[in-house]
Amino acid sequence: MFVAPHIEWAALVPVMIVLGAAVLGVLVEAFVPRTSRRLVQVVLAALALAGALVAVVWRWTVVQTSGPSALVAGALREDAPALLMQALLLVLALLALLVIADRARSEDAFTPTAAAIPGSEYEDQARRAGLAQTEVFPLTLFAVTGMLVFPAAADLLTMFIALEVLSLPLYLLAGLARRRRLVSQEASLKYFLLGAFSSAFFLMGLALLYGYAGSVHLDDIATAVPLVAGMDGLLLAGSALLIIGLLFKVGAVPFHAWTPDVYQGAPTPITGFMAACTKVAAFAALLRFVYVVTPGLSWDLGPMLWVVAILTMVVGTVLAIVQTDMKRTLAYSSVAHAGFLLLAVIALDSRGISSMVVYLLAYGLATIGAFGLVSLVRTKDAAGNLLGEAGHLSEWAGLGRRSPVLAVCFALFLLSFAGIPLTAGFTGKFAVFSAAVAGGAWPLVVVAVLASAAAAFFYVRIIVLMFFTEPATAEDGSETTVVRSEGLTAVAVVVCAVGTILVGVVPNAVIALSDQASKFLL
Amino acid sequence: MPETLLGQSPLTVLILVPAVVAALVWLVPPLRRLARPIGLVTSVVVLAGAVALAAGFDVAAADQAQFTQVASWISSFGASYAVGVDGLGLVMVLLAALLVPIVLVAGWNEVGLPVGVGDGDAAAERKALEYRRAGWVALILVLEALMIAVFAARDVFFFYVVFEAMLIPVYFLIGVYGGANRRYAAIKFLLYSLAGGLLMLAAVIGYFFVGTGQGPEALLLDQVGLVEMPFATEMLLFLGFFIAFAIKAPMWPVHTWLPDAAQQATPGTSTLLVGVLDKVGTFGMIVLCLPLFPNAAAAAAPVIIVLALVSIIYGGLLAIGQNDLMRLIAFTSVSHFGFIVLGIFVGSSTAVTGSMIYMVAHGLSTAAMFLVAGFLTQRGGTQDMGSYSGMQRITRVLAGTFLVSGLASLALPGLSGFVPEYLVLLGTFEQLPWAAIVAVVGVVLAALYILIAYQRIFTGPPSETHAGMTDLGGREKAVMGVLIAAMLFLGFYPAPVLEVLTPLGETVAALVTGGVA
Repeated sequence: MFVAPHIEWAALVPVMIVLGAAVLGVLVEAFVPRTSRRLVQVVLAALALAGALVAVVWRWTVVQTSGPSALVAGALREDAPALLMQALLLVLALLALLVIADRARSEDAFTPTAAAIPGSEYEDQARRAGLAQTEVFPLTLFAVTGMLVFPAAADLLTMFIALEVLSLPLYLLAGLARRRRLVSQEASLKYFLLGAFSSAFFLMGLALLYGYAGSVHLDDIATAVPLVAGMDGLLLAGSALLIIGLLFKVGAVPFHAWTPDVYQGAPTPITGFMAACTKVAAFAALLRFVYVVTPGLSWDLGPMLWVVAILTMVVGTVLAIVQTDMKRTLAYSSVAHAGFLLLAVIALDSRGISSMVVYLLAYGLATIGAFGLVSLVRTKDAAGNLLGEAGHLSEWAGLGRRSPVLAVCFALFLLSFAGIPLTAGFTGKFAVFSAAVAGGAWPLVVVAVLASAAAAFFYVRIIVLMFFTEPATAEDGSETTVVRSEGLTAVAVVVCAVGTILVGVVPNAVIALSDQASKFLL
Repeated sequence: MPETLLGQSPLTVLILVPAVVAALVWLVPPLRRLARPIGLVTSVVVLAGAVALAAGFDVAAADQAQFTQVASWISSFGASYAVGVDGLGLVMVLLAALLVPIVLVAGWNEVGLPVGVGDGDAAAERKALEYRRAGWVALILVLEALMIAVFAARDVFFFYVVFEAMLIPVYFLIGVYGGANRRYAAIKFLLYSLAGGLLMLAAVIGYFFVGTGQGPEALLLDQVGLVEMPFATEMLLFLGFFIAFAIKAPMWPVHTWLPDAAQQATPGTSTLLVGVLDKVGTFGMIVLCLPLFPNAAAAAAPVIIVLALVSIIYGGLLAIGQNDLMRLIAFTSVSHFGFIVLGIFVGSSTAVTGSMIYMVAHGLSTAAMFLVAGFLTQRGGTQDMGSYSGMQRITRVLAGTFLVSGLASLALPGLSGFVPEYLVLLGTFEQLPWAAIVAVVGVVLAALYILIAYQRIFTGPPSETHAGMTDLGGREKAVMGVLIAAMLFLGFYPAPVLEVLTPLGETVAALVTGGVA
């Protein structure tokens, strides 16, 4: 007989708020007049994310007193790590939303109408009519919904559905860039194909694990690991495939091939959102799976993760050094960061979880801030018309003299990426590396330190370029200019910069908070 | 001075006062007009505070840190805010506090407007000038706060952070207020220092991981000597610290940033840079390298001694070959720093004590040299020595003060340079006679480079182009008077400084000779 599960609505409030606002956003598209649509969407999305954040804080206090619990017949789990990751996601999503909503020079980063063929007369008309694709806001909220469920998912099916819910809107958003639309659409298609590929891996792993344990619940599988004998092949293959599916999402080598193209092609605000928030969600899920299901398998899966981590750090760093495009450089640097984060996964130490939260916070702040600034640096042709973003590194030369504040903020984010002391990046690297040392993975830490040193080279190179190189005017008379933010991006960048400094200089509060999450209580 | 003020160590107060005043002067527009007087008063107050600190210092316990304060900072890195001074720290704080007001007075009218600002609009020009001067005062005060902090730091991480933070004001002092080729010099300085800083950071982190249980206070200097580690690890960590300090010091072969920086910086900046900041290098060797890694330091000592000897001779020879007065002084410093490093690593308590006094004496004589050279080159409009001649007939006081400063630099008995150089040579001779013999050649070279410079600039037929040059004014005479008085004091009556530094010298020398103390 089918028994309807008991649903703990209170615990679902954060997710429900965001999902509800997303649905509402679709209705807004249909019923609110075009002139006020954008304003309504932005306010709605911001309120939803802020409200969800408040709700998460409320659930945090509840969990602190009454302990963790299983929700919806064990499909979700409400515990300290999940709530902490959700809070982190919402903070970063809110910042990313500010960048997405900004209309520098009264145009946003998105195509006026996505259905038009690039370069067609219809597209031109849409642009002149001032159309805007305000669907980006509900799409963003749908993605955030999936991201919120991902770290809390306690069974593999829920995890898979969350993965799809967060991915599908991102595929769309990646294809909406206002300029260089073909590149953007190519990025979207690549992201979709490789995303589908990774989903297939995930599903195959899920099926094998179900065959092994007879359940899709993480704790059932974990209980089965020491008990069920003679089916190790199923278990190992299933776990490996599942992990590979997740490694695709975090952009670990050799599953990173989509990262540079998608990061470069997607609208820059979306790149920031994707780079920061997807990584948080995917790493949270990866962490839960590895820490809950596979501790007993560390001998079997360890070598695979070690190889992936080393490759990710080395390849990400080396390829970042040889890039000439700003967004591609940042993309490869995010690959390298995924490698550093894998150290916390491999550590299998209680400190791994808390260190990952700190690292993701540091990385997320710097990423959203950096991409926000990239979206403001544009090329201007000889006639003074504004072209697209100044993608080539050489176009950033001498920016420190023309826009000192922007350049100083960007330098701060780069220093944080590099892990220089008194920035958040140092706090994060230190936490993750010490967790890895505590977990016995010191050879990986040696590689990580060497990779960080090499990475510092290209971050410092960009800083030298901005501050110590004469700005160049290209042969066709085009030059680099900085457009004024409408204010939203500026707010986001300032918050990111202040956060980066605070987490760097006085990190005790953040570290204490993340330490509370350092146990998955099953 | 009491051990605590408002619950803080007086050192904390000495660090905070210039930092806060710097921020005010820079950020509050009405204060900008009064930036120089405010800066001078602040630095004199800090000097008075430092003197009061010295008066309250317990000489009997000069090898112990006093006026200490420890506060938890980033417990998960083992980093604390910890300050306190032993004899050496106290002396260096005094030196820094003395030189800052002198530099402010010496550079009173030095900061002008770059060409083309204001375009003849008097009000705009005045405003821009005020802004520039306020920035200059603020940078120097920030630098003072950081200098006191670095000499007072009793925590490895805190030391590292301040060590790196000092680059920022110096970079701007060179890059904004320097000479024609300032940008190149500033970047060269920055890149050398950053490279050293990264090595040191790696060593700090490595030290934390091999350290005492990685507790929240693992990086306190008071915990040193408790850490046992394999020799190879110790050697690597030692090198991480030592290379950073050798760049700062600067030692051959990583000294090449100094001549460029000194040539392009204003004389005041060079004074602080070479007189105080570079001492952080040798200071760090004494308070960090030796106590933290005694075995590695003892093993590396022979190589370091050879490098120090090369610095002595090489710096002296290149100084003789310079035409640019500022570069000449920079190369003399390379030679002098060779003496200091030699004294630290030769393993004799006499030599170490000599090295520590040398740091003070060299601070004074270099300051005097840079400033008087600055007075000359401002008037003459060029740093090229060949364009001057017979200046002692035209500017008598200037010539006289240059000679006294130069003689202090070449260690004439009765002036500040003599006692420490004698002690270093004596101590070296006891341990390694051959090294002392090589080092003595450096003394002869010193006499050559100073006297040749004097001869070229100040003797001979009076130059016609500079015939109308004015002699030192009252402000400049006061600056040089204070410095010469300090040099004479240290030359004739070094006992108080000796008394404060000797106990520490014995401890440090024991580290080099005996390995683990």
